[in-house]
Amino acid sequence: MEKLYLDNAATTPLAKEVVQELNKKISLFGNPSSRHVLGREAKIEIEKAREKIAKSINAKPEEIIFTSGATESNNLAIKGLAEANPTKKQIITSEIEHPSILEVCKNLGKRGYQIDKISVDSEGIINLKELKDKISKDALLVSVMHVNNEIGTIQPIEEIAKICKEKNVPFHTDAVQSFGKLKIDVQKIGINLLSASGHKLNALKGIGFLYVKRGMNIEPQLNGGGQENNLRSGTENVLGIISLAKAIELKRESEKVEKSRDKIINKLLEISGSKLNGSKEKRIYNNINISFYGIEGESLQMFLDEEGIFISTSSACASNKLAKSHVLKAIGIDKMYLNGSIRITLDTLKLLTTKQEDFIIKKIKENVEKLQKISPFKFQEDKK
Amino acid sequence: MKPTNTYSKEVIKHFTKPANQGEIKNPSAIGEIGNPVCGDVMKVYLKIAKNKSGKNYIKDIKFQTMGCAAAIATSSMITKLAKGKTIEEAKKITNAQVAESLKGLPPIKMHCSNLAADALKKAIENLEKKKK
Ligand SMILES: Cc1ncc(COP(=O)(O)O)c(C=O)c1O
Ligand code: FES
Repeated sequence: MEKLYLDNAATTPLAKEVVQELNKKISLFGNPSSRHVLGREAKIEIEKAREKIAKSINAKPEEIIFTSGATESNNLAIKGLAEANPTKKQIITSEIEHPSILEVCKNLGKRGYQIDKISVDSEGIINLKELKDKISKDALLVSVMHVNNEIGTIQPIEEIAKICKEKNVPFHTDAVQSFGKLKIDVQKIGINLLSASGHKLNALKGIGFLYVKRGMNIEPQLNGGGQENNLRSGTENVLGIISLAKAIELKRESEKVEKSRDKIINKLLEISGSKLNGSKEKRIYNNINISFYGIEGESLQMFLDEEGIFISTSSACASNKLAKSHVLKAIGIDKMYLNGSIRITLDTLKLLTTKQEDFIIKKIKENVEKLQKISPFKFQEDKK
Repeated sequence: MKPTNTYSKEVIKHFTKPANQGEIKNPSAIGEIGNPVCGDVMKVYLKIAKNKSGKNYIKDIKFQTMGCAAAIATSSMITKLAKGKTIEEAKKITNAQVAESLKGLPPIKMHCSNLAADALKKAIENLEKKKK
């Protein structure tokens, strides 16, 4: 059975070019802090990579702090900034952030911080007026993600940055789902802090970075040997860094992937009781998130598993947490659609063939109809 | 740590090919239960008749479920367990029994088995209310 991996927002396979590059460098083992030749070799590699990555977002090399991934980057950004600015006690974020932002905020909330979660509209776009109104003199940071991991909505980060600048508050963005896929110019946009992760763009797991604009004062969360400009101690993940620098060079098939996405969306929307979650236009080119009336996404995902089609649900019933998707709740999705959502995230390097697309569409339709037949809730046109 | 979201073969079997799925026209009773944990719903239809010794028994049972794989599998299993039983016997079916018959459920999915047992109980309750 052919395996169709359609969960690229969760993680991605290593690109073959990345594998080749890693194979070339696999015996590089020196500690970049060592003064001898082997150490210097490793150091040269990570500095080359840093330069390339910095350039890709129009930053300076010394503004790139390598981390173990975006969870760490997000933690470092928020906690690091909070510790460096102990008098500022308000954090503004959105309702639809990744848990690695929301949980950090929740914890700081317990320690006396005021956390304001800005609402989003039915497409998942942040309410800019509310944002503007909420920022107080006490604001430490505005943290709003660039692209949402569940519904793929692209936030107007240019406008958010502008508001932050007017109010003189630093702006952090979790760019995990956009970095390497969409063009980001941190200077032009006006971003102070940006998180990214390697495994979402066909590099290794366990590598990410935080962009820290020069002049920003943050406290390290890992103390030790003083690596990464003293902001993140620990021997660098040399191969991870190399893999990340390679991955950003790769050509993403954005336009073709978008066409494929739209074909699948349009076909799936022909299924009775289906509904697109998120924005049609302001949407990352590889994300599809659709709900089906009266069924449970986990059941659909399990049926598709049997067909070799690997997708995810956002209803989270399948995961270890039972809580419903906070993102779908935030966009105000109807109860009958809340449980029945699936997320398909396409490979951005390799296109699906027409045959594969048609197979996916057919199998989803078949299995949705099967589950709708089992369900006590029958969809009627007028309810849509 | 053990993986928490893997299903037994028995669960997969009942999930992919559920028994007694559908509606009964003119049922003797219906029981519908919503799962407070996840919002999923199960509906049970009963057709009651008298057996040879004159006791009421479940002649036919069908279900409709909006739920996860565990919910559909437990729905299927409970209908199999209940079919042919007298009302008194059927009342004694517990969710633990259902889960056991399915060779276990992942811990996080135990609440799903409540759905089936509760829906059956509700249907029997409604049946007895009707008679009074
Ligand atoms: C939007 C977003 N932020 C943060 C993360 C966490 O990234 P990492 O796995 O690198 O810690 C993810 C990945 O799940 C994500 O999608
Ligand atoms: S998660 Fe809802 S019934 Fe299992």
